[in-house]
Amino acid sequence: MKLSYWQSNLIILISLLVVWFIVSFGFGIIWSDKLDNFKIGGFKLGFWFSQQGSIYFFVLIIFIYVYLLNKLDKKFFSSSSEIDNKEKE
Amino acid sequence: MELQGLTYLFVGASFAIYIGIAIWSRARSTNDFYIAGKGVSPVANGMATAADWMSAASFISMAGLIAFLGKDGSVYLMGWTGGYVLLALLLAPYLRKFGKYTVPDFIGTRYYSKTARFVAIVCLIFISFTYVAGQMRGVGIVFSRFLEVDINTGVIIGMLIVFFYAVLGGMKGITYTQVAQYCVLIFAYLVPAIFISLLITNNPIPQLGFGDKISGSSVYLLDKLDQLSIELGFNAYTENTKSNIDIFFITAALMFGTAGLPHVIVRFFTVPKVSDARKSAGYALVFIALLYTTAPAVAAFAKINFIESVQKTEYQSAPSWFKNWENIGLIAWKDKNGDGLINYSNGNALEEVKPKYISERGQYGERLVANSPDRSNANEIYIDNDIMVLANPEIAQLPNWVIALVAAGALAAALSTAAGLLLVISASISHDLMKNMLMPNISDRQELFFARCAAAVSIFIAGLFGIYPPGFVAQVVAFAFGLAAATLFPVLFLGIFYKRLNKEGAIAGMLCGLIATSSYISYFKFINPSLNNSDFWFLGISPEGFGFLGMIINFVVALSVSSFYSKPPEDIYQLVDEIRRP
Repeated sequence: MKLSYWQSNLIILISLLVVWFIVSFGFGIIWSDKLDNFKIGGFKLGFWFSQQGSIYFFVLIIFIYVYLLNKLDKKFFSSSSEIDNKEKE
Repeated sequence: MELQGLTYLFVGASFAIYIGIAIWSRARSTNDFYIAGKGVSPVANGMATAADWMSAASFISMAGLIAFLGKDGSVYLMGWTGGYVLLALLLAPYLRKFGKYTVPDFIGTRYYSKTARFVAIVCLIFISFTYVAGQMRGVGIVFSRFLEVDINTGVIIGMLIVFFYAVLGGMKGITYTQVAQYCVLIFAYLVPAIFISLLITNNPIPQLGFGDKISGSSVYLLDKLDQLSIELGFNAYTENTKSNIDIFFITAALMFGTAGLPHVIVRFFTVPKVSDARKSAGYALVFIALLYTTAPAVAAFAKINFIESVQKTEYQSAPSWFKNWENIGLIAWKDKNGDGLINYSNGNALEEVKPKYISERGQYGERLVANSPDRSNANEIYIDNDIMVLANPEIAQLPNWVIALVAAGALAAALSTAAGLLLVISASISHDLMKNMLMPNISDRQELFFARCAAAVSIFIAGLFGIYPPGFVAQVVAFAFGLAAATLFPVLFLGIFYKRLNKEGAIAGMLCGLIATSSYISYFKFINPSLNNSDFWFLGISPEGFGFLGMIINFVVALSVSSFYSKPPEDIYQLVDEIRRP
């Protein structure tokens, strides 16, 4: 079965939100104390995720979404100029 | 050059730039005034969003708060950045596609109901005014410390500047001044952070520096900080004290609240294309992350600096910044054990926490306070968290121009956020309340005139908040985020992702979220503050985190009420389909 634009978008959305949840609520809060047993440099790993790592991942997630959706837009709405034209109406 | 002269120079120059930009980018139509004519590039909009978002609280208070809270402070770091993922993925592109001017506009149209629009306006105004009050206080603090003018004069100067470019330029003027303000504030935040990082750890990158060894020793900074904290009776700096469930809820409330804040959402209405809205949210988060990943480093440096320069020193030989801030009223010292040394440890130094200064000076020259000492602990210092960032350059003995720069940066942060908030307030009054509810027949020119009037009145009210700061400012910040999460986020999200939601469901959801959240927070913050501890909280959730539960209540109520009433009309289905297409 071929997926529609909206269905593909939802799949991308859900997978990225799962990553979003794991790096912040997961590594930064729920499993943070366990991760603290590992160290990178002077950082305990759980502490690093809650004060640094999660934020880097957030940025990454948004840009991955931008990349994937731009590709999806192209695939379904043949050329990007068509989208531009629609905007102007 | 003297510090004061430099500060006047830096602040004056930055203000001149803002005014210049305002004149260059005047708004000529309501389209310009509300959404800058949809002509803002994604990068510029990203910077403007970052400046809009990073308030006096982010710039001045956050690092101090983290220094005080240690790992518990992570809730602010994750909570105030993670919301941008939700914005970029779930809201911004679709609301941009909708293509109108305000958040109540979307809610009123999608739920084909004036009542829904009105409830949204009420939530928006409440959330935004709560926020503005905090900005004006920040302006007051900076003016009184660095320019040595009266706090009230400072607030009035700030009001005039914002008045000038917000009323004249609307969204267009605000956007381009915010770009300039972002540059000023991030430069002002990073320069001292880099200096201090070099000073303490020899590492020029603060984000890495605070995980590095203290220069000239083999001890990691964070280990040293843990050890010092425990010696002084605090918890280890890198460990939580709050329960996991509470941290979870606070973080979630801040994230969903961020995504539901009207002044952030409207920023994405100003870009030319839907794909630009997504990209712009990414840039915004990059620009925000630059400050937010530096803040925890600044916090760790500030804490260690503070402990080492103050602990067990004699008051007479205490550094000059200590006395400066004491004179402003943000530090107090009560010599509990009479040894003439400053003793810093865990616990409140004074009964009733906040110092009440009297005019006399003590035997060492310290300001005396009327409070009786809190004898349950040995701590002798009251310190307002706000000064950590402002005093840090002085504590680290950086050159005067760095201190002046920080003053200009703090003002940029406060003014940019205030302007953004005032704009959404004025837009929702002139566009949603006047044009769409009370006086539908007014022309574009008249509406623009009303928008300018509404902006002027809002600035006046915000100024009053600054001059007569309500004592509850700090407490109501939880309100702003909790309400945004519990009222606006669910209806915006469902409006896009669930076509079947009708007006009955949306209105009931918003009202239940609003009532549940505001009564929980009011109960613990105003009605019965003595019960505000985890023994009495529902499921151990503090008022700061309740917004997330309010949001779940909103979702449940909206979905179940919706199923009892008929489907939304056919044109709403078409509207949602249209929004989902890029």
